[in-house]
Amino acid sequence: MGLESILFYYFAIVIVATAALAVSRRNPVYAVLFLLPCLVHIAGLWLFLGAEFLAAIQIIIYTGAIMVLYLFVIFILDLGSFRTKRIIHQQKSLAIAGGLALIVQLVVLTIASTFPGPFGPPQEVVSGGNTQAVGGVLYTDFLFPFELASLVLLVAIFGAVVLARKESEETSS
Amino acid sequence: MQESAILGYLPILIFFALAVAIGGGMVVVSTFLGRKNPNPEKISTYECGMVPFKDARQRFDVRFYLVAMLFILFDIEVVFLYPWAVLFTRFDPVIFGFVEMLLFIFVLLFGYIYVLRKGALDWS
Repeated sequence: MGLESILFYYFAIVIVATAALAVSRRNPVYAVLFLLPCLVHIAGLWLFLGAEFLAAIQIIIYTGAIMVLYLFVIFILDLGSFRTKRIIHQQKSLAIAGGLALIVQLVVLTIASTFPGPFGPPQEVVSGGNTQAVGGVLYTDFLFPFELASLVLLVAIFGAVVLARKESEETSS
Repeated sequence: MQESAILGYLPILIFFALAVAIGGGMVVVSTFLGRKNPNPEKISTYECGMVPFKDARQRFDVRFYLVAMLFILFDIEVVFLYPWAVLFTRFDPVIFGFVEMLLFIFVLLFGYIYVLRKGALDWS
């Protein structure tokens, strides 16, 4: 107990509180903005595990890029209109079913799994640094998946351009 | 070591605390010490954006979304470069690490050329 515990409880409480606020807000823009501190504090939890690379990625990708994407998705949805509201309300039962399935899955996994020991960073991460540990396996053992990732990104670029271009042509004509 | 992984970041915490104290302190101090005699001209909107003339709840152009999407994809590409740069001198033949990243970048270069050729980033 000490400063470390205090910091951990600070991160944990903020994550749970902001996640609950994000789910309960009626205004989707507020919901997304509450996700922002949530994701930043999850990066803090990564630091507890000695995973500074993951923490940096969490900030760069999630709070940097994904949040911008979420906001733009909300902006292009035209949420003020009656039609969009109706479509979203129609998905309510589906969303509840999906959420319940996830809860059941998490509970079953938590009960079924055995935790080998106290939580903490693996030894190789502690000794060499998380960034080196990730890179050390990524660019040697997982070379093929790494090169494959570039192809996945390439397909995603094609997909984004094709989808968005079609849409803009329809609206302009 | 295992227990104090987070405590190495204590300087950053102190940095955050100082930033909040200085930034918040300026606002608080000027709130209490500043002289306030507002008049209609003073509190009107000037050089801080336009007066709203329309509801903000309208559809934004899908090109914003496209830019955000492309930003994510190239952001992920850059993320792969960080551990590579850290390890660069430690690849067994250094040329191996160089070539594998060259291949990675080369594939994504096609995506970049595609984006440019399709004019996806043109705003005319």
